[in-house]
Amino acid sequence: MEFFERFAVPHPSPAIYASMVVIGLSVIAIIAGLTYFKKWGYLWREWLTTVDHKRIGLMYLISALLMLFRGGVDAIMMRAQLSAPDNKLLDAQHYNEIFTTHGVVMIIFMAMPFIFAFMNYVVPLQIGARDVAFPRLNAISFWLFFMGAMLFNISFVLGGSPDAGWTSYFPLAGTEFSESVGTNYYMIAIQISGLGSLMTGINMITTIIKMRAPGMTLMKMPMFTWSTLVANLIIVTVFPVLTVALTMGTMDRLFATNFFTSTNGGMDMLWANLFWVWGHPEVYILILPAFGIYSEIISTFSSKNLYGYKSMVASMVIISVLSCLVWAHHFFTMGQGAAANSFFSITTMAIAVPTGVKIFNWLFTMWKGKIRFTVPMLYSVGFIPLFTIGGVTGVMLAMSAADYQYHNTMFLVAHFHNTIIPGVVFAMLAGLTYYWPKMFGFMLNERIGKWTFWLLSIGFVLAFFPMYITGLDGQARRMYTYSEATGFGALNMLSFVGAGIMAIAFALIVYNVYYSIRYSPRNIGSDPWDARTLEWATNTPVPEYNFAVTPQVNSIQPFWDSKKKGHVLFPAKLDKIHMPNNSGMPFILCSIFFVWGFSFVFAIWPLVILSTIGIFACLALRSFEKDHGRYISVEEIIETEEKTGGAKL
Amino acid sequence: MKELFPVKQVMGFVFSLIFTAIALSVYFFDLSFAAGLTILIVTAFIQAILQLVVFMHAGETKDKWAIYGNVYFMIFIGLITIFGTLFLFIWDM
Repeated sequence: MEFFERFAVPHPSPAIYASMVVIGLSVIAIIAGLTYFKKWGYLWREWLTTVDHKRIGLMYLISALLMLFRGGVDAIMMRAQLSAPDNKLLDAQHYNEIFTTHGVVMIIFMAMPFIFAFMNYVVPLQIGARDVAFPRLNAISFWLFFMGAMLFNISFVLGGSPDAGWTSYFPLAGTEFSESVGTNYYMIAIQISGLGSLMTGINMITTIIKMRAPGMTLMKMPMFTWSTLVANLIIVTVFPVLTVALTMGTMDRLFATNFFTSTNGGMDMLWANLFWVWGHPEVYILILPAFGIYSEIISTFSSKNLYGYKSMVASMVIISVLSCLVWAHHFFTMGQGAAANSFFSITTMAIAVPTGVKIFNWLFTMWKGKIRFTVPMLYSVGFIPLFTIGGVTGVMLAMSAADYQYHNTMFLVAHFHNTIIPGVVFAMLAGLTYYWPKMFGFMLNERIGKWTFWLLSIGFVLAFFPMYITGLDGQARRMYTYSEATGFGALNMLSFVGAGIMAIAFALIVYNVYYSIRYSPRNIGSDPWDARTLEWATNTPVPEYNFAVTPQVNSIQPFWDSKKKGHVLFPAKLDKIHMPNNSGMPFILCSIFFVWGFSFVFAIWPLVILSTIGIFACLALRSFEKDHGRYISVEEIIETEEKTGGAKL
Repeated sequence: MKELFPVKQVMGFVFSLIFTAIALSVYFFDLSFAAGLTILIVTAFIQAILQLVVFMHAGETKDKWAIYGNVYFMIFIGLITIFGTLFLFIWDM
C-alpha cells in the first residue's frame, strides 16, 4: 500500500468521522481546561511523576473504568446489530472490528488494569508495607499499560482497527488476509502493555515475598494478598509466551517471516497454540484476584473469619498449576487425535474441583454468620450462583466430543461471559464499592448501588442466557447477521434488551459517583465496614507512607484482633521514614514507547530507529542516576497523622 | 585476596565464553540439524544457569527458596508447555 493510504480508515462511516471529531474536540477541551485552571504543574508533580502505589492504583482504576465504557459501547453496538435478522446497522467489516476491539479492550485494557488497581492500592496496605518493592518500576508498568491502551484506541480513527478477533488467529491475521494496519496495532499495543504486566508481576511477587510486616508468615497473609501472589506467579510464567508469540506475529506481518504462514514451512496452528498457552492462564490471572476480593468481602460482611483458609490457599496453588495444563481445550476441533483431546478434557474438568472447594468455603463462611447485605456483599452473593452456572457450562464445553457441537457458537460466548461478568466484573464493582471509602474518604450511595446490582444482574441474565439456547441451535459467533428463517430473532432481541439494561446499570454507577461526591457524609472514620485486615488500620485518606509505625501481625486478621482481643498493632516508637522520590522518567520513557509503537504499526523506520535510541538512552540515564530517596521527619509524620484523623500509635 | 579476585565470577565468565564458542562452532562445522540443535539447546541452558547462579547471585540470600521455587515452577510449566505442544502437533496429529 502507498504510504499515506495506510493512515486512511479502510471503510469510513459517519460514526467513525463523528468519533474523529469527538476525539479531536475532547483533546482540545482537556488541554484548554488544564491551561485555563493552571493544572499542568499539579498534573505533572502529583500524578505523571508519582511513584506512590496508591496514586498508581487510582490511575489504573480510572483507565479501567474508561476502557469499561469504551468496550461497553462496542458491546451495545454488537447486540444492536444482532437484535434483528438481516440488520443493516453495521457492515461486516465494521462488525468484525467491533467484536475484536471489544474482546481486546475488555480483557487487556479493562480487566487487567482493574485487578492491577486493586493489587497496587490494597496489597502494600494489607501486608503493612510502605510501597511496593520497586516503586519506579511500578510507574513504568502503569505508563506502559497506558500507552499500549492509547495506541490501541487510536486504531479506529487512524488506519482501521484490528478485525481478526481478539484471538487474532493466523493465517487470517497474516498480511495476506488482513491488509490494513489493524492487526499491527493488535500486535504492538498488546506487546507494550504486556511488558508492563510482566514487570508488575515481578514487582508484586517481590513485594509480597520480601516486605510483609513482622509476624505475617505466608500462612497469615490475607486472602487477597495470597490470590495476588498466585496470580502474579502465573503472570511471570505465561506472559513471556505472549511476548514471544506477538514478536513472531509482528515479524510475520512486517518482515515477511514465515512462523505462522500456511506455506514455506510456517505453521499457522502454532499461533493458536502459543496464544492459548498464555490465554488460558490469563483468565485465571483475572479470576484469582477476583476470588481474593470476594473472600475479603464475604468474611467482612459475615462477621466471621474465612472458612477453610488452608484449603483456599491450596486450591489457588492447584489452580495455578492446572491453569497451565488445559490450553488445548480452546481448539479441540483443530485436528489433533482423541488421546490429546481426552487428556486436555480431563485436566479441564479437574479445575472444577479446586474451584468448587472455594465455592463451598465461601458458603461455609456465610453459614451462621451475621450477614450484612451491603452492596459489595450483594455482588458477592450474586456471584456464587451465577458463576456456578458459568462453571457448569464450562464443564459441558470441556467434553471434547460434545465440543464439536458447541464450538464457535453463541453457547461459548454465553459461557465465558457467564464466568467473566459475575466472576471478574462483579468482583471489580464489589471491590470498587468496598474500597471506595479507603480511596476517597466517603462511601458510595447504598440505595443507588443496590439498584445497580439488581439491574446489572437482571440485565446480565437477559443478555446472555438466551445465547445458550441460540448457540445450541447453531447460531455461530462472530457472524454479523443471520437470516430470518433461522428463528434466532426473538432471543437476540431479548439479548439486546438485556444489554440495554446493563448499560443503564453502568450509567447508574457514574450517577452514583456524582451523587456520592455531592451528598455523601465525610465523617466516616477509617473503618466504615467494620473490617478485619490491615488496610483498614491506617488513617483515611491514607498518608503517603501508609503506616506511621510498622504494624505487628499475629493472625490472618490482625486488625480485628486489635479491635476485639486487645492485640497491640503498633508496638514500636515513631521513627523517620524512608520514601522513594518522584520521577518523570517513567512517563517520558513510556511516551517514547508510544512513538516507537506507532511508528512500528505504520512501518516508519527512521522514527523506529530514533525512538529505539531514545528508549535505550532513558535506560542508560537511569543506570547513571543517583537517587537514594528521602526521609520524612518525625515532626512531619505527627503533623500528617493529626491532619488525617488522629494519630494511631 | 578473595575480595580482590572473585574466583567464582571469573571462572563463570571464562566458562560463559567457552560455551559461547561451542555454540558458535555449530555455524562453522558441517553438523546434522539434530546434532547442531542439541548443542545449541544444551549450551543455552548451561549459559542461563551460569547467568542466574553466578552473576545474578541466586542462592546467596536467605530467601533463596523463593527464587529457586519460582525457577522450578517456571521450568515445570515450560516442560509441560513443550511436551504438551509436541503431544498435540506431532505425536497425536
